[in-house]
Amino acid sequence: MSTVKSKNLQIGTDGTASNNFTIYTPGTPDGTLRVGNGNAGAATDKVTITSAGNMTVTGSITANGSTLATQNSLGVRNLIINGDMKIAQRGTSVAGIGTGDAYYTIDRIKTGITAAGTWTQSQSTDVPTGQGFSYSSKSECTTADASLSSGSYLTWQYAIEGQNLQHLKYGTASAESLTLSFWVKSNKTGTYILEMRKTGTLTKQLSRSYTIDVANTWEKKTIVIDGDTADGIVNNNTLGMLILWWLGAGTNLTTGTQQTSWGTSVNINRAAGLTVNLADTVGNYINFTGVQLEVSSVSTDFEFVPYDMELARCQRYCVSYGGSTIYEPLGIGTETSGTNASIQLGLPVTMRGAISVTASNLGNIRVADGSAFSTVTGIFIDMYGQQQVMFNATVASGLAATRACRLIADNSLAPRIIFTSEL
Amino acid sequence: MYKTTTNSFGQTVIIRINADGSITSFFEEQDNTDYQAYLEWVAEGNTPEEAE
Repeated sequence: MSTVKSKNLQIGTDGTASNNFTIYTPGTPDGTLRVGNGNAGAATDKVTITSAGNMTVTGSITANGSTLATQNSLGVRNLIINGDMKIAQRGTSVAGIGTGDAYYTIDRIKTGITAAGTWTQSQSTDVPTGQGFSYSSKSECTTADASLSSGSYLTWQYAIEGQNLQHLKYGTASAESLTLSFWVKSNKTGTYILEMRKTGTLTKQLSRSYTIDVANTWEKKTIVIDGDTADGIVNNNTLGMLILWWLGAGTNLTTGTQQTSWGTSVNINRAAGLTVNLADTVGNYINFTGVQLEVSSVSTDFEFVPYDMELARCQRYCVSYGGSTIYEPLGIGTETSGTNASIQLGLPVTMRGAISVTASNLGNIRVADGSAFSTVTGIFIDMYGQQQVMFNATVASGLAATRACRLIADNSLAPRIIFTSEL
Repeated sequence: MYKTTTNSFGQTVIIRINADGSITSFFEEQDNTDYQAYLEWVAEGNTPEEAE
């Protein structure tokens, strides 16, 4: 077999150079094989293989019809925890949401609202067909506000710890691009705003528009965000990046100019371009699912994570006890007086940072010590560490100092003791 | 509505009575979003009650 030696092998002879490809080495060969788009002598590299065997592809790689991410392609490439909305430790539906930024139902999903109607948020089984999702987050308007005041806002939010974003290399010339993709459905078409905020030396933001084109129809949206080469992201367990889907906003947030690249945050720019007030009519709704943020300039298929793994990741921010069985154990401890018991509960994972304790349906929680079965009237944090939380459970009477005791639910699934360490 | 009390070591514990009747309690820690919300509430001119 003879050997063909050439510096260039042009594939294609089309008059339009971009329709041809060339396999070539540069004028001074450097041991790198290059496949470029264009004619011989003027091709632009698309695939290169160095003498060390390193291959670089400038675009995306597709295998069996699926596009592989350009980073972390073997797993945990989605920076969003619970992006498929399957974990809802606090509950599956909350009505009467009217003011305050808080986590209501689905884990890691925060609602921000001030003077923008009243809402019910739920974990819905309405999902895009054939995509593998079981749940979505649904927000439905139950009291309208057709004329928002200047300071009104309504957002659907997701927050990320700064220490989980250092591989974005923000603040360097190598800052990575991000691609955010999500499925959305609403009865209300129009132009919506997606805002990214980050915390570093400066609080910076950018906003992008997307449209809901068809009412009552699931649509997939993809937004590519350039890296910020100028400023980094705080490297600890506090807020590093906040993503906000703007659903309604007053003039304090909309009368500026949309800032499409990273810049210092100015309130009037944040939701500029938003044409929708989702709060204007009772019955308006919006569903989200399949939220994925990846270090890449292309969108890849949603990364499904097993339930147990996703639950554990959510528990870094929220741990819920109660509701699984009647007479559920809720901790053990020691009575410190006739009206107080010091109770201890372990944490399944290390929580993010400062912890709050929320207790509900106290009338269905009892302190049991063999002599008494006393109804709890209050539960308050006492101390916490990375592995344990101690709290005080108060009752009207019937306890005795130094008695060992248990905290249990009665024959009800209603009680909850929830530890939170949210961003 | 907020109240304050102390824990076993005399540290301030802030108690929030939520709209659904649940009770949230937490320490004065800047890293806690509940405490951040409490500070905003105080900044609006409100004052917490002392727990009984």
